Amino acid sequence: MLERLLIISAVLFCIGLYGVLSRRHIIAVIMSVEIMFNAVNVALVAFSRYTVPASLRFPGAGTDVERFVLEGQTLAVFVIVVAAAEVALGLALIIALARRRDTIHISDLSTLRR
Amino acid sequence: MAFDNLFSEIVFWALAVVTIGSAALVVHLRSIFRAALMLVVSFLGIAGIFAMVNAEFLAVVQVLVYGGGIAVLVIFAVMMTRDVDTGNRSTAVQPVALMMGIALLGALAYSIVQAEWALLPDSLPGPIATVFVETPTQLGRLLLSDYVLAFEVAGVLLLAAVIGALSLVRERHDA
Repeated sequence: MLERLLIISAVLFCIGLYGVLSRRHIIAVIMSVEIMFNAVNVALVAFSRYTVPASLRFPGAGTDVERFVLEGQTLAVFVIVVAAAEVALGLALIIALARRRDTIHISDLSTLRR
Repeated sequence: MAFDNLFSEIVFWALAVVTIGSAALVVHLRSIFRAALMLVVSFLGIAGIFAMVNAEFLAVVQVLVYGGGIAVLVIFAVMMTRDVDTGNRSTAVQPVALMMGIALLGALAYSIVQAEWALLPDSLPGPIATVFVETPTQLGRLLLSDYVLAFEVAGVLLLAAVIGALSLVRERHDA
């Protein structure tokens, strides 16, 4: 079951990576980044559910199991928060850019190269 | 079979196929608006997968934040830009990107299958089973005790993001 979730996560991550590298529209790139964030969350939840928590693996880690069982899910919550902040700022940048430069294709945005 | 009954198994695979298929359509469709709608389908599929592996709170947050908030933001941004119908063309490096994606997927799949994971037994030991009975309660307790500093920082981050986004999209009449 862990392997199956991790494979799903890996497939999603690679789809996202392909999208980030190959799309020309900036919003498509942002959507691909969101797919990659979600792939990471699937992996975190899978590890949290199906692997042995640290408190049982290492004798000195303490006895309160629930603190370690849900570590993955807690991290996933913060990943979602950061992804939400990132997408809000990214789309605001895109809208400002579309107003100022009148383009949303990344190949047209090479001012720094010249 | 990983679930107790055949029905859960079928639902899980259906969710997996829908999630991966719609994610593939997001990077494939020409119309950026349809790609955004497919992205929402993919997010909802992931919420279903979360619900099936004892992450009920995350499933609800996924529907609210991704299926609601981020979807609305993306569609708004799509409506404020042009070239919506045909804008999602590929760049010149598309074949290279495809090869890199497949190579990374092969490497990841190989290492996932080869690794020896420290798996929990099928019948969960008592203390762990009680945690998974009520994950939202335990998660809330953790967020406000062990991870309270990160929780506060996340709040400040969201505030900064909102202020930053507002100042970026504000119309400047004086300029």
